[in-house]
Parts: sequence; C-alpha cells; structure tokens
Amino acid sequence: MFSNRLFNLLVPLISVLLGFLAGAIIMLIFGYNPIAGYSALISGAFGNSYAIGETVRQITPLMLTGIGIAFAFRTGLFNIGAEGQVLVGWLASVWVGISFDLPAVLHIPLALLAAAVAGALWASVPGILKALRGVHEVVISIMMNYIALHTCNYIIRNYLSNNGDKSEVIAETASLRTTWLYEKMGYSQIHWGFIIAIVAVIAMWFILEKTTTGYELRSVGFNRHAANYAGMNVKKNIIKSMMISGVFAGLAGAMEGLGTFGHMHVHGSFTNLGFDGIAVALLGANTAMGSFFSAILFGSLKMGALRMPTVAGVPSELVEIVIASIIFFIASSYIIRWVLLRLKKEEN
Amino acid sequence: MYIVDLLGIIIPIMMFYSAPLIFTALGGVFSERSGVINIGLEGLMVIGAFSSIVFNLAYAETLGALTPWLSILVGTIIGGLFSIMHAVASISFRADQTVSGVAINLMAVGLGVFLTREFYGKGQTDMITQPFYTQSVPFLSDIPIIGDIFFKGIYYTSYIAIVVAIIAWFVIYKTPFGLRLRAVGEHPMAADTNGINVTKIRYIAVILSGILAGMGGAIYAQTITFNFSGSTIVGQGFMSIAAVIFGKWHPIGALGAALFFGFAQSLSVIGGTVPFLANVPNVYLVIAPYVLTILALAGFIGRADAPKANGVPYIKGSR
Repeated sequence: MFSNRLFNLLVPLISVLLGFLAGAIIMLIFGYNPIAGYSALISGAFGNSYAIGETVRQITPLMLTGIGIAFAFRTGLFNIGAEGQVLVGWLASVWVGISFDLPAVLHIPLALLAAAVAGALWASVPGILKALRGVHEVVISIMMNYIALHTCNYIIRNYLSNNGDKSEVIAETASLRTTWLYEKMGYSQIHWGFIIAIVAVIAMWFILEKTTTGYELRSVGFNRHAANYAGMNVKKNIIKSMMISGVFAGLAGAMEGLGTFGHMHVHGSFTNLGFDGIAVALLGANTAMGSFFSAILFGSLKMGALRMPTVAGVPSELVEIVIASIIFFIASSYIIRWVLLRLKKEEN
Repeated sequence: MYIVDLLGIIIPIMMFYSAPLIFTALGGVFSERSGVINIGLEGLMVIGAFSSIVFNLAYAETLGALTPWLSILVGTIIGGLFSIMHAVASISFRADQTVSGVAINLMAVGLGVFLTREFYGKGQTDMITQPFYTQSVPFLSDIPIIGDIFFKGIYYTSYIAIVVAIIAWFVIYKTPFGLRLRAVGEHPMAADTNGINVTKIRYIAVILSGILAGMGGAIYAQTITFNFSGSTIVGQGFMSIAAVIFGKWHPIGALGAALFFGFAQSLSVIGGTVPFLANVPNVYLVIAPYVLTILALAGFIGRADAPKANGVPYIKGSR
C-alpha cells in the first residue's frame, strides 16, 4: 500500500502532468509543435531578467489569494469570494495611498492594514451568515464578488477620480516599487510585494500549525461536531477563518494597488486572481508550502503564456485549458487514487 | 395612459434580459434538485454562446432566417455534451462538485477563446448577420393595452422561456421522473433502496442543466451580444444560480426570480427614462439582485432550504 503522505504528493504531481499532457494533445490536434509551445512558455516566464521580474510580479498576488483560500479550506470553508476581497483590498490600499501624507515607514503599513481590514470585513459577511444562519458561504461569496465589482467601480468613478476610468496615482511614499529593483530586473513591473507574500506564507503556516487558534480552526475543519463537543466555539472559528482568509486576499489586492499599478482602474470583469487562487490552493493541498509552490507554477504559466503566440503561434489561452485540466484532475483525485491502488495491486 | 407607456418600455426589455437567465436557472434547478451543485452554469453558457455563434457565422448564408434557431439547437447540444464532464467528475469520480464546476468555468472560457483565435485569428468573432429580431405576435398584439405591453417588440425566445419553465414545473412535480429526481436530491440512499438508479437520474439531471444552460448562453449571444469573445458571458451564469436559490429551487420560483433580475437589469439600462428612478445612482440598481439574494438567503425574505443531499456525492453502502 501507498502511504497517505506519498499519495498526497503523487496526486498533485500526476494532475500537473496530466494537465500538461492535455495541453500537448490539444496543441497536436491543432497542428502545433508542443515542444516549441512549451519551450516558448518557459522562455516567456524565465528567459531574461525582465521575464523573471514580470513572473514574480504575477506570482505575488496569486500566492496571497492562494494561501487565503487554502486557509479557509482548512476550516472546511470555500472562500470563492477572494475575487471580491481582492477588489476591496485594492480599493482601500489605493485610497490610503492617495489620501494620506506620511513617511513611507508609516504609509506602506497603513495602506496594507487598510487592505487587510477591507478584505477581512468583506469576507466576514459570508462568514457571519454561515455561522449564524447556516447559509452556504459559496453563494453569498459569489454575490459579494459582484457587489464589490460594481461598488468599487462606482467609487472609483465618483470619489477617486473625476468621472474617469482610473483613480489618481498613489503617493510615492505608499508605493512598493523602487527604481533600483525596477532597473535591476530589466525594467519590469516587479515590486517588493513578493517579500510580503513570503512573510504571509510563513504566517499562514505558523497560525495553522503552531498556535491554539490554528488547532481549533483545523479541528472545526476536520469535524465540526467533534470540535463543538470538545468545547470549541465553532461559530466564532468559522467567522475567524473567513476573516483571516479575507486578510490574505485583501493584501493580494494591495499588491496590485501599491505595487503593480499604483492606482485602481474600473474593472469590466474580475481580476481572476481570486479564481486562480482557488486553483493554487487546490493544487497546493491547502498547505502553506504547497500553495507556495503551486502559486509559482501557475504564476509562471500565466506569464509564460503571453510569449506563446509570438514565438510558437499558440494562442495564450492554451494555458487556461491546462490550468482547468489540472483542477479537473485534482477534483477527481478519487479516480487517480483508485488507478494507483489498482496498479499497486497488480504488481503484488 | 402614462403607466401603459412605461410598462410598454419596461416589460419587453425585462423579458429580453431574463430569457437567458430563465433557461439557465431552470438548468440549475434540475441539477440541484438531483443533488449536484452546478457552479459551472456560467461555463456552460459560455460554451453554448460560443458554439451557437460559430454555427451562425458558418451557415448564415445557406440557412437564412432559420439560422438563429438552428444555432440555438447547436448551442444546446454542445452545452449538453460539455456538461457530461461535470457529471462524470462529480457523480462517478466523486469530485468536490464546486471545484469541478470551477474547472468547467475555467475550461469553457479558455477553450472558447482558444478556438476563436484558432478559427478566426483574433480574440473575438465577427458580428453575426442573422440574429433574432423582435417581433409582434399576430392578433394578440392587436388587443388594446395588453397587446401593447406583452406582445409587441418581444423576442419569441422570451415566450419559449416561460413555456419551458411551466414544462419544467410539470416534469419535476407531476411525473414519475420528477418524483425520482426530487427523491435522489433529498435522500439518495432511500431512493436507492426503492430501486431508483441514483447515478442515472443524476447524470440525466446534470446533462439537462447543460442543455438548458447551453440554450441560455446561445440565446444571450443571438439576442444581446451578437458575437463571441471572452467577455460575452460575464456573470449571467452566476446570476442564474442566484435565481435558482432566490426561487427556492422551484422552477416557477426560478422563473420569477429570473424575471425579477431581468427587471433589475432593465432598470439599470432604462433607469434614466423612468422619472422616479432617474436620480437613483445606477450602482444601486446594478447591485440590487445580488443584495436581495443575500437577504433572501439570510432568511430575511422567507426561508430557503436547499435539497438535503445537495453537493454530497452518493457512495453506495455508506451512511
């Protein structure tokens, strides 16, 4: 028999391989060379210092939404609302970035704090309704996403700009970008946010694995009734988990506001950071370390994809298909386990 | 007759916006009544919209005025086929149904835009030349007042949507299949003990949801956007899910909810022409459907209970 640990490592790896295989088959069907396609992808993600800078920039918010969603998953909650939390976090950070006049040591933390609080508050709505009224968090989160999208657009148009499509640019003191890093990384949009993302990964691991709070949250995720019987306040933990999840997602929004863009524009549709974050969390088996690596994988894929049309002629959407396939295989991990067990049996 | 004029403006637009939502929401009702959550309705709409537009562009010259109808048929079939993926994952492979739905949504947009680039060499298709046109129903539109409000300048697809909702109600509440469907969604083990094939019923329900969502997407594309791109379907599928819940998993309820959401959307479109709404900022009208759904779910507007076995894979022999 396989050990559980080995399974937990094998299933994501096999899913990734199958996902890439699906992508290769599609490329073959449409008459492309999969090797040329995938090598364009790799050079697009890591080819030079500019590409690496852009890839890191892409990975940073994904990592944050990924660990946020993973955190909620561990308490048995599906935070599909990260999308909306990203938007409100983004808005809050930009608002602080525009409205205050502070030295950088205070301005950046204040803007990050605003984003975290905004994300947490937005996530608290599905959390509270789940805890107190037993409503499924997925549907409420989806609704909250749309409310965030339209409300943020309205606020940008009417309060952060003069009926324009984007807000003013944040003050220099709130920006996460520096000229040094910009020049060092081939004039890419990279910013110091990746350090915040790494700190957040460690924080997520620490909270979940090393604190009483984390122990309670995980217990609620394993078995709500047992946790209740053991004297834990299940309702409080559900709200807490959603809010912490929202903090991470809100910070992801701050990465866009304070780092990548330096402003917020009106969105016609979602950023997809929240939806891709679901992919990150699922592939990472909802652990801090797993999400760290899967964010790197998906971020690189998304960045590298942009080079595929020019070099190999392959539409960049191929990567979306690869990511969707990976999620599909992860979701169907039961069948992968079943096949693995079958193979093992035949060996014996 | 000021009110009549006003209704004459609002009702056609409301029915115009609701038709795709009604079809898709009915699909959601079938799927969720059988115990399978279908977050993938959005993606199924995308696939329906995509395939119908491709068909329309390819055959508009040979088929003429028949094209939009056949395009809808194509979108319907492809939507049904695509939903088999969700059925296999969530019923046979015991996948987390929400996750599988997310995969469907990612896949549909990815595949749709990928193929669009492949077929047309750009991110969006051309405009179709044979869309649906609004029509006035013969005879009925001559009835005073009622004719002006309900039978002038409306797409036939809107009437079909309402008819299909009534058929769905009949199927779910008045036929043996409907009884089995509801039983499987409430208590699959009891249904299984009574000799009902849980897997089969769930497969049928999920494929029905794909068929209806594909139809919804196709109608959306042929009446509202007239072309396909990655941003053709933005949230209509999710709004249909909201309609399912707001309508308390009942076909007629879903119809009412979809009409209401269509009404809310029509207000944000024509709000400027309606005197008492002209001063309300647009954003309130746009977010109204979502806020109302949350209020409904939170129990402030009656109780809404999901089918008991919704989202739980059925594993024979487990309790």
